[in-house]
Order: sequence, then C-alpha cells, then structure tokens
Amino acid sequence: MKLNYRIVVFAFAIVFGLFFSAPSLLQMQDGKKVTLGLDLQGGLHMLLGVKTEEATKSRIKSIAASIKHFSDRKDILIDELKFNESSVSFSILDVDDVKSVKEFLGEIDGTNISVNGESFSLSLTPKEIIKTEKQSIDQAIETIRNRLDQFGLTEPVVARQGEEKILVQLAGIKSQEEEQRARELISRAAKLELMAVDEDRNARVNSMSPSDAAAYGDVILEDAKNPQMKYLVREIPILDGGMLTDASMGFDQNNRPLINFKLNAEGAEIFGDFTGKSVGKRLAVVLDGKVYSAPNINERIGGGSGQISGNYTVMEAKDLAIALRSGALLAPIYLMEKRSVGPSLGADSIKASMIALIGGFILVIVFMMVYYRAAGVIANIALIANLFIILAVMSLFGATLTLPGMAGIVLTVGMAVDANVIISERIRELIYEGKSIHKAIEEGYANAMRAILDANITTLIAAVVLYAYGTGAIKGFAITISIGILASMLTAILGTHGIYEMLEKKIQKSKNNRFWFGIKG
Amino acid sequence: MEFFKYTRTFNFMGKSRAAMIFSVILVLASLALLMTKGLNYGVDFAGGTIVQVKYDTPAPIDDMREKLKSNKLFDGASITEFGAADEVVIRMKSTTGSVTVDIGDITREALQSTGNFEIRRVDIVGPTVGAELKEKGIMSLVLAIVGILIYVAFRFEWRFAVASIVALIHDISIALGAITLVGLDVNLDVLAALLTILGYSLNDTIIVFDRIREGVTDSKSTDLTNIINESVTRTLARTTLTSLTTFFVVFTLFMFGGEIIHSFAFTLLVGVVVGTYSSIFVASPILLWFGFDVKGYHVKLAAKAKREVEKERMRDQYESGVM
Repeated sequence: MKLNYRIVVFAFAIVFGLFFSAPSLLQMQDGKKVTLGLDLQGGLHMLLGVKTEEATKSRIKSIAASIKHFSDRKDILIDELKFNESSVSFSILDVDDVKSVKEFLGEIDGTNISVNGESFSLSLTPKEIIKTEKQSIDQAIETIRNRLDQFGLTEPVVARQGEEKILVQLAGIKSQEEEQRARELISRAAKLELMAVDEDRNARVNSMSPSDAAAYGDVILEDAKNPQMKYLVREIPILDGGMLTDASMGFDQNNRPLINFKLNAEGAEIFGDFTGKSVGKRLAVVLDGKVYSAPNINERIGGGSGQISGNYTVMEAKDLAIALRSGALLAPIYLMEKRSVGPSLGADSIKASMIALIGGFILVIVFMMVYYRAAGVIANIALIANLFIILAVMSLFGATLTLPGMAGIVLTVGMAVDANVIISERIRELIYEGKSIHKAIEEGYANAMRAILDANITTLIAAVVLYAYGTGAIKGFAITISIGILASMLTAILGTHGIYEMLEKKIQKSKNNRFWFGIKG
Repeated sequence: MEFFKYTRTFNFMGKSRAAMIFSVILVLASLALLMTKGLNYGVDFAGGTIVQVKYDTPAPIDDMREKLKSNKLFDGASITEFGAADEVVIRMKSTTGSVTVDIGDITREALQSTGNFEIRRVDIVGPTVGAELKEKGIMSLVLAIVGILIYVAFRFEWRFAVASIVALIHDISIALGAITLVGLDVNLDVLAALLTILGYSLNDTIIVFDRIREGVTDSKSTDLTNIINESVTRTLARTTLTSLTTFFVVFTLFMFGGEIIHSFAFTLLVGVVVGTYSSIFVASPILLWFGFDVKGYHVKLAAKAKREVEKERMRDQYESGVM
C-alpha cells in the first residue's frame, strides 16, 4: 500500500465533511449549522405588495398640513385650502402676502406651483411621484424590519424581492395566535394624527354625510371603542406621526395599559401653538383613522408629549408601542403570497424524507455491494463521504435545507453512484480485453472521465437555471443537487481513484477479479 | 454479478422503427391528453388558496362542506383527503389580500364545531404572483433546454445536440401526459421534477453519445449503425444500473416521502423510466436519421490533427529561431 495525492485529498475531504457536518448532525451548541427551511421547521413566508399610490396621497396631505401651519403662524388669511389625490389648492385674501407664500411654497421640493392672482395650486412632479412611491417601499421594508426585530423571533427575514415586493420570512412561529399577532404588527399602518374637532358643527355630526363634511373641509371619524359615536374633525391634521420620536407602554391611574408618546422639537412647537390658540376646544387623537380620545384643551400644552388610551391588553399596548416607535407605514401593504406551515407538519416532513433517504440509501448500498463486490464497497465509501460533504458545505455557508432539498439529497444518492458505475464498467471491459490491472484502472478512469464530466455539467446547467428562476423551497433543491454533483466529482472520481491506486498491488497479487470487481476470472 | 456480457452486439437500431412508432404514439397520446383534459395547474401557477387541516379523528368531510357553504369565499371549494383519512386539504380559487385576516383564520372559525383539528398549512398565492411564477417556470424550462443545447453542440456536434433535445422534448411531453392522466396538481415541485428529468435524461443520453463519439473517432468502420449498436450495447450495463439505483431512491421517495412530495416523486418516477428508454431508442436513432457523416467526421478530425501538427511545427521553428 502506498499513499498518493488522490487519497490524501480524499482524506482531507472526509475530515472536512465530518468536521463541518458534526454541528448539524449532533445538534451541537457551537459551530455553523444547516438552517432548516420554513417548510421543515414550520413558519410563515409572505410576499407583500405596497399600495404606493397611497403614499402620494399622504404626501399631498402633509403638504396641506404644512401650508395650514405656515399661514397660521404668519397670520396669513387663506381660504378654501383643499386637497385631492394629486394636488393642493388654496387662495389668499391679502394680495400683499403673495410674495411670502410663494417663497414658502418654493421651499417644498418636487412640486409644480401654479399661481393665478391670489389662487395657488400645487401638484407633485412626475419625478417626485416616482420618488415618493419608491421611498414608500424602502420605508415599508425598513419599518417592518424594525417592528419584527422587536417582536422577539430569532432572525426574521425582511427583504426586497424584485422591484416592489417585500419578502417576509418568520421561522419558529409556534401557534396560530402568534402568527396572527405577527401579521397584525407587520400590517398595522400605525399612523398617528392629532386633529382638531370642528366644534362649530360637531353637534350635527350624526346627520351629516361624508360629502357634507367634505364641503366644510371636515371628515367624519368613528370612535375606536364605540363605533356608533362619531366625531367631526378638520380634514387637515395638526400633526402626524412623522414627528413622533418615541412611544412606550405605560399605565394610567387605574392601572390600565396606555401608550405614551413624545414629539420632536418641530412637532412640539406646532402642538404648543395649536393648543395655545384652541383653549376650550377638543383635540382628537387619531390612530389609523379612528379616534382614540378627544380631550378638552385646558391650556397651552408645551413639551410635546401625549397619551393614547384605549381598551388595550398589555400585549396589544406593547405591540402598538413597537409599531408607533418603528414609524408609520407611508402606504398600506397587502398580501400577494403567503405560505404558512405548522411545526407539526414540518416535523412530519422531516420524518418522511429521512425514511426515504435512509431507505433509498440502504437499497443503493446493498445493490452496489452485491453487483460490484469490493468495487461496490469503494463506491459506497465515496457515496457516504459525499453525503457528509453536502451537509458540511451547506452548514458552512448557512444554506437552507428545504423539503425539496431533502429530495435533492435522496436523488443525489441515486445519481452520485453513476460515476462509479461508469468507471467500474469501463474497468471491467478493459480487464476482459486482457489489460493488466494497472492499465485497466488508469484507462478506465481516463475513458470514463469525459462522459462523467459532460453528463454532470449538463445536470449542473439545469440546476443553475433552477436556482436562478426557482423560488423559496425549490431553490433548496437546486442547491443540494449542485453541491451533490460537485462533491461527487471529488469523492466518486478522485477519491475512489486514490483508493484503487493504494490497493493496486494487492489487487494484482490476489488475481481474484470476482472479489474485486464482481466478474469472473 | 453481471447483467450483460459484451460478447454480442445487440441490434438496437434494427428495432428503431418499432420504437419510433411506439414513441410517436406515446407523445401524440400525451399531447392529446394535454389538449383535451389539460394540465391541472395548482395554486402556485393558477393562484388560489390551499388549507391543510388535520383532525384527531377521520375528517368529517360532509360536515365540513356543510359548514363552509355559508361563506361566499368558499364557493367552489373542493375538499379532498390528503394521504390519510384524518387529513384533508381544502382548495379554492379565491384569495385574500389582507395581511391581518386570511383564509386560514376564516376557515378555522367556520370549522369550529366540526371537531378537534389543527390547521397545518395555509398557502395563498395571489393572481399576480401565480402568473409570475408560471412565466418564470416556462422561462426556466426554455433556458435550461437552450443552455444544454449550446453545451452539447459545443462539446459534440450540432446533430448530437438536436438529437438530445428531441429526446428531452419526448421525455417532458410524456411526463406531462402522465401527470395529466392521473390528474396531479402542477405546482413548483412538479416543475423542479421536470427540470431534474431534463438533467437526468440528458445524463443518460450523453453517456451513450460519448461512446458513439469515441466509436466514431476510433473505429475503422464507417458504418454508423454498427457504431451506434456497439456503443449502446457497451453502455447498456451502466444505463440499466444507474437507472435502477435512481429508480430505487425515487421509488422510496414515492412510497415513504409523504404526501407533500408525492407529485414530485411521481413525476420523477415517470421521468426515470422514459429518460432511460429515450436515450437508447430515441436519441440514437435520430442521430442515425440525421445522417451523421462518419467519413466526413474522420476527414475533419484528420484536418484538425494536421492543423495541430502544423502549429506545433511552426512553434518549434519559431523557438529554434528559424522564423
């Protein structure tokens, strides 16, 4: 027996395979492990879309709010401040103010301004609309990520997919209730608005239709606790949640959970100005279009902090505080695709695929041994090494093992022995032709090489295409197949060749072709 | 152990006409099935919803139907057993776009009084995503075929490439026909199986072609039929063995892999059988009918060898300073 470079490389490959697959196989604490796909460990996969057109609408609304605030501060009398889906319009009463209004409007980015005497009209430029829409997606990804990071699951995935889709993957969700909570947290707009109650007309709110209200520049909002109760509030909010700096859960004097929030300096100033001017009136705290409270303003409120009280449980208040803190979604999101797998189904899938893997493996191993004898055993060593290497490479790169991925490994077991079948057949042929053992082995490998390479490369082409175009679990199949093919080049070709080289002298001496190659002679 | 001895060359090409008729009938039957019955697209491609429910006891399917009737969302929903009597899937065309309230929750509420159950899986695929997956799926099949075509043309010769692609299309058509026949849902996993068949069947074809290439290069004979027969015979043991081992594992996957992997395993099972057959009886005869010119190939090879020699001579001259 003598050592050769092939057997050394093969030995290294085996050590590598054992070493890096150990953490996954033995479930060790340390070390890199294979990640189980959502279909195997249970979890939630969602593809979300963003209603970007809503982002432009809310941009328009906030421009209207800033115009309102500007005119209030400078005591500019404006009339008919209105906005629709794409533009804001108003007129001023005093011609002398045209210049300062123009100056102020000029500071707002990305708008087309048209002035007609004392009438102004603003709309977003097409470029600005695209920018706003794009921003709303970026912001949604950022916001959802922030919220999920605080939700308490390990390694939530939030990523952009394609131009305008958001991929959310949550592993390890235990129950339907937890999934529900996660979904609510993700999709909550968490849009906080402070709005003025229209005290002049509020008494008539129950007899008004939405279009009546719109005629006065008002909207009708429901009370959060009691949907029968309605409020008439000014359509243009005093402030929105963009000026929020912090939100946290607290308790009121009756020990019921509530949410404390703080505004930034600009927000605090606007808030102070408004409350100073509106003593005796009511301020509606509006969250996602519902009025949570409408306290009387008794005095100017500085400092810029406030509370939202509702009939919350501690859990709800906590989730809501997370949502507010992470920022509002500029545009609502909707569900495009959802795949949720319960943990028990995942466990069943693991069990079933393991049975298939072990069953198939035993069948192949026994068959190879019966058919090729020692040559079959050598092929089997390569096959086992191959399995370890697949697992090791996947652990090392943190690749995800999915159910189709398991099927890929099972398939690899069947296909990886192919190289050894081709080689063994070639060697048998050459022995029949009367070549020496040395010649038969060397030429057998040389002849088989071309065919194996061509065959493997074409399978690899199919696998790469599958990886590039496949989604989710299917990618896992492409990964295991690809790694399996590449590893088989190392184990089935190089590794077994090394073993033959090492045993060559022995084989020559024994002259027992039945034992070594399963043929007569 | 040995299945085949290389003492005699089998006359495979002699059977090629019969095989051809057999193949044409199979492919036509598959196409007819595809045209009349049509593929049964699952939620991945058609869009829709799947809810998998597991009961403690055998699933009360009639009771479930009754309960689901009350909600419009479940119009046209089908409830079928899934692998075992206590497990069912509800399939429907409708989807919900809301993140907070989805069909899974609605189903749970609707079925509340039907017994003790657990919702194990909810798949919702919106129509846009479904259409996109379909488009991507078709693209991936086409790209894989084109990639393989280019590779084989590059490594062998264009006639080999075309012959192997015809064999691939033959395999895929018959696999699709079998899927249609048993009425499997076509989902992403079936697509993955089809792509695997592409790779696998081609694998077989290439091993045979490699032998033919070797035969064409080495053999003194210029009779292509002979060369092909000999090459197919010599690779027969390998073809059978690998098909057997692959068949073993796919079969265990089919039997024990669980309901979810069932369609995937079935498609592969068909593919392994058809792929093996086609590498012998479809790809090789086509090569023959294309009239691959062995003599011409020899001449080409000789010319190539001559060019190499010439190049070598020039290099030698250059290095020894003659030029």
